[in-house]
Amino acid sequence: MARVLLFGRLSDIAGWHERDLEGDSLFALRARLAEEDEALGQALGGPGVQIALDQEIVRGDAAVTARSEVAFLPPMSGG
Amino acid sequence: MITLTDQPFAPGDLLTAFSQGRSETGAIATFTGLARAEAGETQVLELQAYPGFTEREIGKIADQARDRFALQDLAILHRVGRIAPGEAIVFVATAASHRRAAFEACDFLMDYLKSRAPFWKKETGPGGDRWIEPRPQDHADIARWETTT
Repeated sequence: MARVLLFGRLSDIAGWHERDLEGDSLFALRARLAEEDEALGQALGGPGVQIALDQEIVRGDAAVTARSEVAFLPPMSGG
Repeated sequence: MITLTDQPFAPGDLLTAFSQGRSETGAIATFTGLARAEAGETQVLELQAYPGFTEREIGKIADQARDRFALQDLAILHRVGRIAPGEAIVFVATAASHRRAAFEACDFLMDYLKSRAPFWKKETGPGGDRWIEPRPQDHADIARWETTT
């Protein structure tokens, strides 16, 4: 279980911004989301989507716990 | 200082405050970014941040700028939430002994904010909503800083 956050167009596609989800790794969470929502799954696998675990960008997979915060971040644009 | 705000701000007031009490600063450069109307195509701009993470990531960019340009100080104020055309979105100020460092640091910070700072930007216009992602020009702009030392 982890707290999952979606930002930018990802939350528009999914129709939610934040929820709790079962899964013991980043890739397991992503696979779970893709299973539930094909359009979201495709968007999560799209170019430039990064994952932050407890507010640090992580490259590759990592273990998550019930207290983890996992954020899926599409390409960023400020200014 | 790095600040996110959902309220409109007056860039001149920020510059006045930033300039106070600086007897060793020879140069202050500022940049103010405004929301464009795009000839009616953009009625409102909505900026989303990831509270906590966004400030920290901007802080890392600010630390790089301080080291690289030997800045004495800097200030970054960035809007979040709904922004109307003509309103300021971002204000950057840099203070240094001499002008070149202040100008370059301001340019550097803006290039990083455009494509590396955790913000997500949605334009709403007559044709609906559109998420804005960095353009090839934004990537080219940031690459300038990665190839020079």
